[in-house]
Amino acid sequence: MYHTLEQEKIILSFNGVVTADFLTAVLDIVETKMNHLEEPPKTKKKVFNVLVECLQNLYHHIDEGKGERKEMRKYKSVLVMVIRDENNFFIQTGNYIDKTSVKNLEDRLKKINSLDKEHLREYYREVLGNGSISDKGTAGLGMIDIARKSGNKLEYEFLEIDKDFSFFSLNVKID
Amino acid sequence: MENILREGSAKTPAVSFDSASGILELKGRSIPENSVEFYKPLNDWIDSYGSKPCSETIVDIKLEYFNTSSSKCILDLFKKLEYINKQGSVVSINWYFEQDDEDMEEAGEDYQAIIKLPFKMIEVEEI
Repeated sequence: MYHTLEQEKIILSFNGVVTADFLTAVLDIVETKMNHLEEPPKTKKKVFNVLVECLQNLYHHIDEGKGERKEMRKYKSVLVMVIRDENNFFIQTGNYIDKTSVKNLEDRLKKINSLDKEHLREYYREVLGNGSISDKGTAGLGMIDIARKSGNKLEYEFLEIDKDFSFFSLNVKID
Repeated sequence: MENILREGSAKTPAVSFDSASGILELKGRSIPENSVEFYKPLNDWIDSYGSKPCSETIVDIKLEYFNTSSSKCILDLFKKLEYINKQGSVVSINWYFEQDDEDMEEAGEDYQAIIKLPFKMIEVEEI
C-alpha cells in the first residue's frame, strides 16, 4: 500500500453512495489537492473538468436501476479514483449498471472510440445542436466531452454480476 | 424590467444582465448538477428583454469552464439571442478564454459553428 501511495500517487479514492453533497465535497478536495501540485494550470483544469463529467455521469445515472431490491444500496455504490503517475493523470470510476442499459452505453463508447479528434468534435457539435435535454439536465454529451478533453481512447469494461446488474468500469487517461 | 445580478458560487457563474445597457455577462464556472434549474430564469429574462431590447446587445461570456449539462443551456441562451438579433437589436458575443486553454477556445468555436451571431474570441491571462 505504501508502494502504491508513493509510486502511483493516489489523489483521491472513494467507495460509497453518490449524493449531491458528496459530489461537492469530492470536487472541493480534489481542487484543493490539485492546487498544491506543480502541474500546468491547463492540465489541472482538464483533470478537474473530466472529473466533473465523470462524477455527474455517475450521479445522474446511478438511480436508473429498476425495481426495489433489498440490497439496492449496494448497487448505488460507486468507486472513484484519481491517480497520477509520472506522465499522466487517470480518473477511474466503477458503478453498477442495469443490464438493459449495457448495450446502449457500449455502442456509444464504441462509436466515440472509433472517432479521431476532428470527427469527435463534429459528433459533439451534432449532438449539441440536435439533441434535446433530459429532465435531469443531461444532454448525452458527457462521454463525448470526456473523450475530447482527455485526448485518449476511453478504456472500459463490463462485468456481469447477476441477472439484473453488470459492473461498468471506466478508465480515463489524461495527457 | 428588473436586472439580474447574481454572485458566483463554486458551481455557478456570476450573472449580470442589464436591460438598460444591453450588456449581459456570465463569469466564472458553470458546473451545477442540474443546469436547467440555474439557467431557466436567465433564459426567461432574455425572452422578456427580447420584447424591448437595446439597439445593441453585448454578451460577455467569461467562463473558466462549464459542464456538458450547462453547454445545452448556454446553447439555448444563444438561440434566444439569435432570435433577438433577427428582431433588430444588433447582438454580438465576446467569448473570453484563458491563455493556452484550448478546450475553452474550442468550446467557443463550437458555438460559433452552430449559432449565427458574430463571435469575438478574446484570449486573456486570467478570467
